[in-house]
Amino acid sequence: MKPSIALSIENLSFSYSTKKALDQISFKIRPGECTLLLGPNGAGKSTLFSLITRLYDTREGHIELCGFDIKQQTRQALAKLGVVFQQTTLDMDLSVMQNLRYHTALHGMGRKLAMQRIQQELERLNMYDRRFEKIRQLNGGHRRRVEIARALLHKPALLLLDEPTVGLDVPSRLAIVEYVHQLATDEKLAVLWASHLIDEVYPDDHLIVLHKGRIKANGTVNEVLKITDTAMVKDAFYSLTQGDQA
Amino acid sequence: MTNQPGADLHLPEGRRAGQPCVNILHYWRAMWGIIGRELWRFVTQRERFISALVRPLIWLFVFAAGFRAALGLAITPPYETYILYEVYITPGLIGMIQLFNGMQSSLSMVYDREMGSMKILMVCPLPRWFLLLSKLLAGTGVSILQVYVFLGIAWFYDIHAPWQGYLWVLPTLMLSGLMLGALGLLLSSFIKQLENFAGVMNFVIFPMFFMSTALYPLWKMKESSVLLSKLAEYNPFSQAVELIRFALYGQFNEHAFIYTLVAFLVFMASAIVGYNPSKGMMVRKGGG
Repeated sequence: MKPSIALSIENLSFSYSTKKALDQISFKIRPGECTLLLGPNGAGKSTLFSLITRLYDTREGHIELCGFDIKQQTRQALAKLGVVFQQTTLDMDLSVMQNLRYHTALHGMGRKLAMQRIQQELERLNMYDRRFEKIRQLNGGHRRRVEIARALLHKPALLLLDEPTVGLDVPSRLAIVEYVHQLATDEKLAVLWASHLIDEVYPDDHLIVLHKGRIKANGTVNEVLKITDTAMVKDAFYSLTQGDQA
Repeated sequence: MTNQPGADLHLPEGRRAGQPCVNILHYWRAMWGIIGRELWRFVTQRERFISALVRPLIWLFVFAAGFRAALGLAITPPYETYILYEVYITPGLIGMIQLFNGMQSSLSMVYDREMGSMKILMVCPLPRWFLLLSKLLAGTGVSILQVYVFLGIAWFYDIHAPWQGYLWVLPTLMLSGLMLGALGLLLSSFIKQLENFAGVMNFVIFPMFFMSTALYPLWKMKESSVLLSKLAEYNPFSQAVELIRFALYGQFNEHAFIYTLVAFLVFMASAIVGYNPSKGMMVRKGGG
């Protein structure tokens, strides 16, 4: 029996007019796997996320989410996807509850199920008591928690996180990193986490190092350390990207 | 274990693998989610509500009052008697409310795209044409609320239409609001940054408003410039204003209806293409 694949990317390329942003990218993510996508600025991480979320059109290559082709079966594929974008995408003038209800409506969830799921996800993140507060009143860490809760409301199979901890203080960052890793383990959720913060990598994580639109390494942390002949992820990263700033 | 895609992975409760992910209920809930959010934002943004009303009221109380003496109006359909200039421009000002509201929706789309909240809409599992249409319906609903409040104030200023007119005008407001909103959507698919929006004001809103029958009838315009009157005649905003004008007096202007409907379909289809990741402007702009 074939193992289930949450995300499959094959020979994906993308160009902005003459500049190649992604060049023949291929990788797979399985349920329960937390994959860290590391790369310096301009490596192609955001382009890759825009292609997976169908904000950009896939012209070369193939993307499948849980077996659904993102180009041919867009809606079925997107139903399997939860996303936390780098920039806050919450409506500042609406409450936590209103923002989450909007998301459940977009995913076609009825009121009863929506309220139940909102309670479950907010309670897991200790945010349920703050559900009637406006987003504007929350700090950066709490806003991120709401965004993670929102991304999980429709029970996606794949969670995409585009540098979700940027600009957060250390305790908030650690809490989010820990929570997402726990989700991958406990809920068998596939996670693709774009980051430039090497300390967010856990020993059991899967690593993809992207540089100038190409995959430089793809494997477990130990495998990447082995092929780069280094002892730390930081050194492996610098060795693969020739010291470009993350 | 089944071999269907995604069968053994997480699925929302109430759905099983193999069932279609979307159904009519999903569309219905999503549409009301979008409309509800837009209406809530509108009623909580008091400044937006007031400024949307102040603009046409200034035109009515100040501009029209000053112009009344300068402009003589002949009896033309749908009017059956001589009318005051304030009465003449009221449908034009209704059109103005909807025109500005359509552009405001367009502005908020550009803002949402810059701020990122547009992405949440675009990655939900529904077709983009439906999401855009829902946005459009939401904006049109807001503009109709504004129009009725304006008509209420105009009533106290002695601008009265037959009571049936207030009902007949509702479907025409829906169509004109959709047409002007679709134009706003189309423009928003071309506008890269919020700063470029000033150009829309100068190149779209003002020419559309002044080169129309909102402020002066066609025959009056023809007296000074035949070209201008032709431009006004072909301006879809003129047709929307005439549709509203006739409906307000319980009459149906078939030509204006067809013209406005066709304009809506053309603008909407172009906006859908503009927001399509395969064909439109989104890739060139950065997607979303």
